[in-house]
Amino acid sequence: MPDDLPLLEVRDLSVSFRSRGRDVPIVENVSFSVDRQEILGIVGESGSGKSVTAMAIMGLIDAPGVKITGSALFRGQELVGLSQRSFRHLRGREISMIFQDPMTAFTPVYTIGWQIDEQIRVHEAISRTGARARTVQLLGDMGVPDPERTANRYPHQLSGGLRQRAMIAMALSCNPSLLIADEPTTALDVTVQAQILDLLRNLRHNYGSSVLLITHDMGVVAETCDRVMVLYSGRVAERGPAEAVFRQPGHPYTGALLDSIPPLTGPRPERLPSIAGAPPPPLERPSGCAFAPRCHYVHESCMILPSLIAYGTQDVACVLPAEGHPLPPRAAGAA
Amino acid sequence: MNTTLLHAEGLRKEYKLPRGQTLRALDNISLEIMPGEVLGLVGESGCGKSTLGRCLLRLTELSSGTITFDGCDISSLNERAMRPLRRQMQMVFQDSYASLNPRRRIGDLIAEPLRVHPDNNGKKRSSSTIEARLAELTELVGLSTSALSRYPHEFSGGQRQRINIARALALSPQLIVADEPVSALDVSIQAQIINLFTDLKERLGLTYIFIAHDLAVVRQISTRVAVMYLGAIVEQGETDAILHTPAHPYTAALIAAVPEPVIRKNASRTLLRGDVPSPVSPPSGCRFHTRCPKAQADCAIVVPDLRPLPDGRVVACHFPLVNDP
Repeated sequence: MPDDLPLLEVRDLSVSFRSRGRDVPIVENVSFSVDRQEILGIVGESGSGKSVTAMAIMGLIDAPGVKITGSALFRGQELVGLSQRSFRHLRGREISMIFQDPMTAFTPVYTIGWQIDEQIRVHEAISRTGARARTVQLLGDMGVPDPERTANRYPHQLSGGLRQRAMIAMALSCNPSLLIADEPTTALDVTVQAQILDLLRNLRHNYGSSVLLITHDMGVVAETCDRVMVLYSGRVAERGPAEAVFRQPGHPYTGALLDSIPPLTGPRPERLPSIAGAPPPPLERPSGCAFAPRCHYVHESCMILPSLIAYGTQDVACVLPAEGHPLPPRAAGAA
Repeated sequence: MNTTLLHAEGLRKEYKLPRGQTLRALDNISLEIMPGEVLGLVGESGCGKSTLGRCLLRLTELSSGTITFDGCDISSLNERAMRPLRRQMQMVFQDSYASLNPRRRIGDLIAEPLRVHPDNNGKKRSSSTIEARLAELTELVGLSTSALSRYPHEFSGGQRQRINIARALALSPQLIVADEPVSALDVSIQAQIINLFTDLKERLGLTYIFIAHDLAVVRQISTRVAVMYLGAIVEQGETDAILHTPAHPYTAALIAAVPEPVIRKNASRTLLRGDVPSPVSPPSGCRFHTRCPKAQADCAIVVPDLRPLPDGRVVACHFPLVNDP
C-alpha cells in the first residue's frame, strides 16, 4: 500500500451505549489520523471518551446495545464492524495495547516470560527456545535488568516500573505498527514515568511503531507527542501539532486546562485559574458547544454545535478564531 | 516569635516482617511546624510520607520518637487521653469515596464529629447548634445546603472531596493532614480544590501538612517542603529555595522528571536509573547512592547527616548541589 496514507484514519467515530431505553452517546463524531512513526496524544479528563475511542478501534467493546458508527481504516482495512475472528489476526500482531495497570494485564499464575512467549507463538510459527530468545531480547531492549532471570519471575515479584516495561515488551513482541497506550504511566512514580516516556518516544526509531497515547496529563503530551487531540465530553475540542497547541491553544477548554496546571517554575500564582463546574454527563450534554456552560468566552453563537474549523495548523471546535478573536498565545508557552 | 504547633523528634516506625526481617518505614525523622504554615511532604511511593502523616496524628503507632503538639507531648498518650486532642488535628484522604460511608447522608457524615465530640464547655451539642454549624461548613467549602440530604454516590470526585474537607473542618481543628487530597482528581477540578485549601487556610488560620507526589501541586500550596526518600528526609526548607535550587541530587532528579506542559526543544534530561530500592534492605551509606548521578565511593559507606545550609534548609548529602559556606 502507498506510504503516504496514514496508518490509521478514523472518521466520524461515534459510540453509544444503551441504558434504560435510551441511547447514551459516549463518543460523538471523532475524527483523527495517526501517521507512520508518529505519536498522537489523546487528552481529556475522566469521562471525555478517550479510552472508549481506543477500545472501539481495538474492537474491545462487545457489550449488548452498543452502537459503533463511523469508520476506522487501519492500513486501508475497515475496523468498525470487523468480526472478532478477523480482529484476532490484527490484535497483538498489527495493533497492540498497553494499559494503566500492568498487574491486571498479566495473569498472576504464569511467569512474565511464559506470557510473552505465548503471544509470540500464537502469531508466529517459532520454536519455544526461539520465542524465549526473542522475549529475553525484548525485555533487555525495554531496559529490564537481567532479562533472563526476570523472564522467569511472576508479575507480583516485579516493581510497577518493571511490570510496565514487561507489558510494553509483550505489546511489541510481534512488532506491531501501532501501539495504543492507555494511561501507561499514570500509576508510576515520576522518576519511573520519565523512563517509560523515554522508552515510548524511542519506539518509532527502534521498532518503527506509531503510538496512540491516551493520557489526562498535558505534561506527558508535551514531553512525548508529535500531535495532540483534545477531547471534551465525547467530542473533539481541538487537534493539531503539539507545538502549535501548546504555544497558542485554539479552544478555550485547552487554554483553561493548561492554565489550571500549577506551574513548576516562574512566579507562583496566588490562586490557580480553575475551571468552574464539571463536565456534563453524556445525557445532559448541551446541544451547542459542550464547554459553553464553563467557558469564559461564551456568547450567543455558542448555542449552536461548532464544527471543527481550521485555524493555522490546528483544527478547533470553537467559533472564536473564525470570529476574529483567537485566544492569546500562552505566556508560559516559551520556556 | 510564634511557638511551634507540632514538633517531632527522632520518629521511627518499624514493621516486623516474617523471617526476622524489619521494614524501616520511618528512620529518625524530625520536623517542626509553625502555626499557619503549610509543610509539603513529597517523595515517591513507598518513601514513608503517608506513614509519617499518620504517625504525626497518632493514627499509626510509632516505634520510637516524641511528638509535641501545641506544647503537649502526645507520643505516649493513650487512646482516651488523645481523644480531646483529636478535635485539633484532622485528616483528609486521597480516596474521597472510600472516606465516606455510602449508606449515610452527607449531613450525617459531616455532623458525625459534632455528635461524637462535646463542645468547648463539655456539653453535648444541641441539634440546632449542629444544624447551624452544617450550614456554615457547607458555605465554607462551596457546597449547597441541598447536598446535606443526598448520598456520597450522587457527587463527583471533586464535590466529595469538598464534603471530606467540610467534615475535617467540623470541629475547627488547628492542624489538617491532607494525604494526596487532589491526586485522584482531574486537573480542572484539582485546581478548584487546591484553591479551596488556600482560601480555607487564610479564612480560618489553618496549618497543613500536605502530602503529595506532584511537585507542582506541592509548590503551589506549601510554604516549606520536606523531600523523603526510603523513610528519611533528605532535604527540607523553604519551598522556593528547594524547588529552584535543589541541594540534594534526589530533589533535583525529582524536579527534572516532572513532565511540564511546555514543549521543550532537544529535551534531553538526565533520568534516574532503576526503581526505588526495597525499604526492607535499603542500600548502605546514603540510601540514594545506588541511583545518584553524583555518587562517590564514600557515599556507599558513610550515612550523610542532615546538615544546615546557609539559607536555612537542611540537606542529607555529602556533595550537595548548592555550595557550602
